Amino acid sequence: MSNEKRAQGAFFQRDRNWHAPAYTPTYKTSVLRSPQKALLSLDNSISEMTGPVFGHNQIGELDNDLILNFSQNGELPVGERIIVHGRVMDERGLPVKGALLELWQANAGGRYRHKKETYLAPLDPNFGGCGRTITDDNGDYHFRTIKPGPYPWPNGVNDWRPAHIHFSVFGDGFAQRLITQMYFEGDPLIWKCPIVQTIPSEEAVRQLIAPLDMGNTIPMDSLAYKFDIVLRGRRSTMFDNRREGN
Amino acid sequence: MTQSLNYFKETPSQTAGPYVHIGCTPNFSGLNGVFSEDLGVKILNDQAEGTRITVRGVVYDGKGAPIKDALVEIWQADAKGLFNSPSEIRGAADPNFSGWGRCPGEMESGEFVFETIKPGVVPFKDGRPMAPHITFWIVARGINIGLHTRMYFPEEIDANAADPILSRIDHKSRVPTLIATQNGSEYRFDIHLQGDNETVFFDI
Ligand SMILES: [Fe+2]
Repeated sequence: MSNEKRAQGAFFQRDRNWHAPAYTPTYKTSVLRSPQKALLSLDNSISEMTGPVFGHNQIGELDNDLILNFSQNGELPVGERIIVHGRVMDERGLPVKGALLELWQANAGGRYRHKKETYLAPLDPNFGGCGRTITDDNGDYHFRTIKPGPYPWPNGVNDWRPAHIHFSVFGDGFAQRLITQMYFEGDPLIWKCPIVQTIPSEEAVRQLIAPLDMGNTIPMDSLAYKFDIVLRGRRSTMFDNRREGN
Repeated sequence: MTQSLNYFKETPSQTAGPYVHIGCTPNFSGLNGVFSEDLGVKILNDQAEGTRITVRGVVYDGKGAPIKDALVEIWQADAKGLFNSPSEIRGAADPNFSGWGRCPGEMESGEFVFETIKPGVVPFKDGRPMAPHITFWIVARGINIGLHTRMYFPEEIDANAADPILSRIDHKSRVPTLIATQNGSEYRFDIHLQGDNETVFFDI
């Protein structure tokens, strides 16, 4: 099946039991921000099967290198140097090429560079905390960054976010639109986090934990973590006769 | 025993959190000098075909307070009803119109604004026309999985009445939550996450 044909079908329905429900009172902000009425379930129309395309010309050379993309006067940010890489594929295991990935994170001390951020850990003058890239023909991507620190947040009296990187993912259809978070293997805070706990099953949480990838570390330079991302798959179009009579 | 379907599970969604702007609209959030420009700021250029419109709105929480940390994205057809997408097989869309916009809520009021054009008619999968509409996707702190909905146009009374999606809504009193209000070329589309006016959100 050619990729061109594959990029036309409707998407598999979302498994709403795999994802977090909207209302998760241990994550308090969700209480007033969760729709209370039933969602209207619909098969995709062309409006959701299509999606914008992003070109490499929109992306700068250092956009995927958070170690250098905010560095001042050639000085480097503080923290563990890491490579984060992986593949974006769909539920059928097919690579999603040309996917736009945008990521954001705190610095090594757990502090975000944002006007509304008040945590007492200091900003790092050489770290901005945002990056973006587009997957190649195999669906592969890579970033270089520093490992973010955990940070406390106002929810319970003493809740801490595990170290994490936020990912925004754009596949080839608007129905695939996804925002998620990547966690790091071995972090004891993962299983204590109310935001992680919004996800119903341990198996689903494990899908967000990137393993250390010693094979892809750069000796004397950077550790590596591998984070694969799965987007909704498309139905085969073999017996679909839609789009006639246009 | 059977063969395995060998399908993977979709990566679970997590909230965008309070700092989604750092990653998606860093220049807006004051993080300048990394990306040359924020994606999705401009949907069209001067040559784009179609009627210019402005779409504004606010995302409200269950207490009626504006959400100031939301990020709203829209996706729509061009004036002829074609999408500027590799998956569009019905014809070539207007090259001067991307169809995709992204806007963070203004930090004090929470208002989002899109300068776009009124979309044309897109066929439903059975060939019936869908009324002109703009697809919305909303994320924010406290929203565990992005919310899909649509904005329709109030002047399209007949087309809205025949729309295959709007007619799927059981409680007709909820249909107006998907229809903007109009003042000339300005449309207002407020989104309510809860309450009597809770917007109809889609599992699509
Ligand atoms: Fe975070």
